[in-house]
Amino acid sequence: MRGIEVRLEGLSKHFGRVVALRSLDLEVRAGEMVAFLGPSGCGKTTTLLLVAGIYRPTTGAIYFGDRRVDGLHPRDRDVGMVFQSYALYPHLTLFENIAFPLRLKRRPEAEVRAKVSQTAELLGIGHVLDRRPGQVSGGQQQRAALARALVKEPQVLLLDEPLSNLDAQVRLQARAEIRRLQRDLGVTTILVTHDQAEALAMADRVAVFSTGEVQQYATPLELYQRPQNTFVAGFVGHPPMNVVRGRLEDGTFEADGWRCRVPRLSYRGEGYLGVRPEDLRVGGEVEARVLVAETLGREQLVTVRVGATELKLLAAQADGFAADSVVKLDIPPDRVHLFDAAGRRIG
Amino acid sequence: MEEATRAAVAARARERAWRGLWVPLLFLLPATLLVSLFYLLPVATTLYLSFTDISTVTFRNPQWVGWENYRDLVRDPFLGRILGNTARYVSLTLAFNIGVGLLLALLTSHVPERAGNPVRALWLLPRILPPVVYVLIWQGLTRESPFGLVSNVVGVSRNWITAEPWTVIVLANGMVGASFGMLLFTSAIRSIPADLFYAAAVDGATAWQTVRRVILPLLRWPLLFATAYQTLSLLTSFEYILLLTDGGPGFYTTTVWSLHAYKLALSNYFGNVQFGMGAAMAAVLVVVGVVVSVLYLRLFNFKALVGEPKIEVN
Ligand SMILES: Nc1ncnc2c1ncn2[C@@H]1O[C@H](COP(=O)(O)OP(=O)(O)O)[C@@H](O)[C@H]1O
Ligand SMILES: [Mg+2]
Repeated sequence: MRGIEVRLEGLSKHFGRVVALRSLDLEVRAGEMVAFLGPSGCGKTTTLLLVAGIYRPTTGAIYFGDRRVDGLHPRDRDVGMVFQSYALYPHLTLFENIAFPLRLKRRPEAEVRAKVSQTAELLGIGHVLDRRPGQVSGGQQQRAALARALVKEPQVLLLDEPLSNLDAQVRLQARAEIRRLQRDLGVTTILVTHDQAEALAMADRVAVFSTGEVQQYATPLELYQRPQNTFVAGFVGHPPMNVVRGRLEDGTFEADGWRCRVPRLSYRGEGYLGVRPEDLRVGGEVEARVLVAETLGREQLVTVRVGATELKLLAAQADGFAADSVVKLDIPPDRVHLFDAAGRRIG
Repeated sequence: MEEATRAAVAARARERAWRGLWVPLLFLLPATLLVSLFYLLPVATTLYLSFTDISTVTFRNPQWVGWENYRDLVRDPFLGRILGNTARYVSLTLAFNIGVGLLLALLTSHVPERAGNPVRALWLLPRILPPVVYVLIWQGLTRESPFGLVSNVVGVSRNWITAEPWTVIVLANGMVGASFGMLLFTSAIRSIPADLFYAAAVDGATAWQTVRRVILPLLRWPLLFATAYQTLSLLTSFEYILLLTDGGPGFYTTTVWSLHAYKLALSNYFGNVQFGMGAAMAAVLVVVGVVVSVLYLRLFNFKALVGEPKIEVN
């Protein structure tokens, strides 16, 4: 177990007037893999570069274990990083790229050779080490970048959208590979991604970012089952949850032109109802008109209109949904998510 | 029947090969014409003149004298000194230009724009001054007290051009020349993606290691270009020396090859301008220039710098 605990306390970063990150408190356990998930421009890369030591925080502190590191130069932090662009040195062969961190530390040639070939073999790029980055595929570049980050056996590994430049097939394979490697090495890892499937599949815990703030920090299952606000509810899960604005009364939710039963709460007034497409069923009392049905393969995604609201539901491929036909929707009260007028979870 | 088909196929193949050849030639024609007219022709003329005794006296009827001009050159008692001066002038100024240009580029691209831009603009100033004005400023600065700024600052009253002619020549040239490399290297450094610098920092590189192992290798092409280009222009340039010291003080102290050639060929002390002799000296410069260029291309491994063509023709 080589990983170390990483703690961010009140971390913020301003670029002139732009607030890229607003007071972040977050802790990553030793050996854990955490994903930063959020749309583009919400401050994920900034946070990673703060942890790496490229940027200095405007306020706040960063701890690796008991050591405060936010004043240290990157080379004194013992982190490895994979950049979204991979940032391989174009003038060096893959071998020299991977060897770079060791060469800087003036390690003996024999050790360099041994470690580079060992890491390269681990990642399956041993046969292309004499080529330059421009002469290998995107997948091989990504592995070389990962090898360069791992070769110095860092305590903390930072991955900035490492898979987003790969095509779908290679991506699935690399996803599993990185996860296995991370577990085997036990290195504390922060993975940045805008792909919620990737975050849910790879990480022990996921921090959902939106405009410089963490919305929720929880396990993938908890994010899926108990999203803390409407942003997380809409961002996590595919296809995304239906989130409808309306009024919450005693045991009912009333939207524009329709209503349904929900669990009893003390909250009354404006609010949101969330229900996942996979939780909606046919055979209830809410009348809906079918707009369109899209085939996804095993299932179909059906868009229906209820009153003035459009809802999506996932149904078995075998069920018939003729366009313009009327169906009765079942919105199971034990499956709905309720949010107050500010979008915070209330039940 | 079969015979006829085979002949037709062969004819078509020949035609295709011919067409494949003359299209590229057609495209090369304009450049070939221009290069011939403005580069090859002057070189050929120079070479021809260098084997004649053409001068003001023999202008109407120059005689072919073979290697006579070259023999005279070698017999010149000041040949060694002039060669030494030329080597000194070119290497010192080149080192200053490239070194200071690189330093300025590195420094000004690692400080905020607000500070970097004015510094770069300042270094460009001498370049837009007319050389004569620029040299007048230098002469003013290097005069004896109480007028010369340098004398006043150092506290020793001297004519610094006479006292330290080489230092003044290299500095005066370098203050102009360094901005060339500065601009070239700055834009090259700017075009390096920021991620590469971040990666180097995370990999553990110090500032110096980043310069040495990341920036310099990526500047190989502009470095080669600036070095080769400035070597060639320094070999043939003499205007600042002419204006500052006129080759003196004393006998040939700062006379370089091109200045000597200029004096022989175009402003002879004795009024008889020896074009043939000047042409011989120019021819030697051409040969030296070609040799130096080839050496640079070797040194910087030019083949590796030139990538595969990005567009395929044919
Ligand atoms: N060096 C910088 N200078 C100014 N603004 C920046 C800089 N880096 C990031 N930003 C801004 O900070 C915000 C967050 O950026 P970033 O962390 O790159 O987002 P993400 O990685 O989540 O897509 C964006 O609005 C971006 O424009
Ligand atoms: Mg980013």
